Amino acid sequence: MEVVLQVLLNGLILGSVYALIALGYTMVYGVLRLINFAHGDVLMLGAFAGYFVGNAVAEVMPFPLLVTLIASMAICAAIGVLIERLAYKPVRSAPSLTSLITAMGVSLFLEYTTALVLGPTPRGFPQDKLLPDSTLIHAAGFPDVHSRDLVVMATALVLLGVLYYIVAHTRMGKAMRAVSFDKDASRLMGINVDRVISFTFAVGAALAAGGGVLYALKYGRVEPYMGIYPGLKAFIAAVLGGIGSIPGAMLGGLLIGFTEAGASYFFSTYRDAVVFSVLVLVLLVRPAGILGRGMVEKV
Amino acid sequence: MNTAHYLKKWGILLGAVVLLFCIEEFAFWAINGFWQNLIILAGINMVAALGLNLINGYCGQFSLGHAGFMAIGGYTTAFFTMRFAWPDWMMHMPTDRYPIMFPLSLILGGLVAAVAGLIVGIPSLRLKGDYLAIVTLAFGEIVRVFLLNFDYMGAARGLTDIPKISSFFWVYGCVLLATVVVLNLINSSPGRAIISVREDELAAEVMGVWTTYYKVASFLMGAFLAGVAGGLMGHWLQILTPEKFNFVLSIEIVVIVVVGGMGSTSGVLLAAILLTALPELLRFTSGMAAVPGLSLLGQPSMRMILYSLMMILLMIYRPKGLCGNREIWDILKNRASGTPSEPRKKQAMP
Repeated sequence: MEVVLQVLLNGLILGSVYALIALGYTMVYGVLRLINFAHGDVLMLGAFAGYFVGNAVAEVMPFPLLVTLIASMAICAAIGVLIERLAYKPVRSAPSLTSLITAMGVSLFLEYTTALVLGPTPRGFPQDKLLPDSTLIHAAGFPDVHSRDLVVMATALVLLGVLYYIVAHTRMGKAMRAVSFDKDASRLMGINVDRVISFTFAVGAALAAGGGVLYALKYGRVEPYMGIYPGLKAFIAAVLGGIGSIPGAMLGGLLIGFTEAGASYFFSTYRDAVVFSVLVLVLLVRPAGILGRGMVEKV
Repeated sequence: MNTAHYLKKWGILLGAVVLLFCIEEFAFWAINGFWQNLIILAGINMVAALGLNLINGYCGQFSLGHAGFMAIGGYTTAFFTMRFAWPDWMMHMPTDRYPIMFPLSLILGGLVAAVAGLIVGIPSLRLKGDYLAIVTLAFGEIVRVFLLNFDYMGAARGLTDIPKISSFFWVYGCVLLATVVVLNLINSSPGRAIISVREDELAAEVMGVWTTYYKVASFLMGAFLAGVAGGLMGHWLQILTPEKFNFVLSIEIVVIVVVGGMGSTSGVLLAAILLTALPELLRFTSGMAAVPGLSLLGQPSMRMILYSLMMILLMIYRPKGLCGNREIWDILKNRASGTPSEPRKKQAMP
């Protein structure tokens, strides 16, 4: 019983972070039909920004975690817009393969440039300075609950809520939904499509940065290649839930979180293989993902 | 006429094999080890990229799992040369350096990789574009994780002490065979069917092309060539580790195909040489500390930075690669005859 609870708890924590990252993929895919391969690397940049900001503000300002989170999200939002303007905009009308390769190029560029500038060795994230950890619940037959894990989960859920509010209840959110529905029609309706796309990238990158800071807070280290696997798994979560669908990304994130938590408990060395196999199996049954709508090819 | 034609064709092929043999015997081992390594690695990349070109370039199915096929082929070939009890004469016939068991092992490695290609090819019946890319990526990662846990083949330590049988003759023999087979296939009726799947799948289907069959067939052949490339690689480097076959290797092969021009065999061969040589030659610049900035080019991350920049710039300014989907000789012929080299019309993928 304790094992099951532990797996569920870990899955929920991991899943909420994955959901956060998966949303960035799904939103960009929604408006541009582009798999933003560099999303995981924006997460890495967010974690590095968190590392530097966190070390700078830790003993100087009140609420260092909040300051770190906001600063890192702002920095990455700017980076996200920059990436979109420089790399993705020129290939926007090209076939999907072209933009996919561009995105892979951006991803490698961010990874190796960071490795060149900051060095490839992992650095310790100032976890304890930002958020001292303590065990909240320690009872027999019940898994230990750490305050830091709860903060990670709560922050992820709050950010998910903010995103939901933006998409569902603001003018910009309505414009985003319109653009993802039909780009040309929304341009005719007077929506500034370029601005909406930039905004989407900014929000997606900010969410990735938030996810990066939370990920680093949980695992305690940052390095140039740290974004690859969380990025890949969050992407799988987005595809699993049906890419382009926001509830789908949340559902997929949680599903991948539970799968990974369970797999790492029962057959840890095969953890990644299990996650990838789940993706392959789901796509074999539902090629458009769980909540995705299948596209009918029109002639 | 027909007999003479075939005699000429086979004569050229035989002559090329003899030439390879002579280069191997009289020239290859005399040159510097650095250049030997470069030439062999370029050849291995050629074989792998020819395979991927069949899947990505000619058939239009985007695969990101080529490293997985290479890993399967590499480990299987190494299994057969190291652990399999070959009869003694196969180990030493016709000579010690050209044992008959090596090509047999390569074929077996390729076949096992092709079976994996069949398994991955089946989802390609249902998935398109981005989704297929991601499933093949997942496949490559699954293969890698399994190898990491496969103790019999060295697990994370890797498989060491593989005999060094790969050489100029074997590698470029494979390049030659692969090129001939791919060109013949593409210029045949099944080849045109494969290209029609790329150009417009729906239209091809309406015209009675069994698209599923050709998609799976191109996956099979591409995986076979990747497996052979993996086998050649293992028997040159003498060590195989699961980490060697990560996602980055798949991307490197994709970049070769994209730079060469998807659907251009000669372009892909050229790109394999360029892209193998470029990062290795950049290493020379790390010694030139006197010139500021130049020594930075030799840094290990620099090679991937250049790679990635090239990918981005190429996609923005020349999305069809060096040769588009034409062959080098077509371009040269057009230039010589003065007609403008108008590329064949290629439709954007849906």
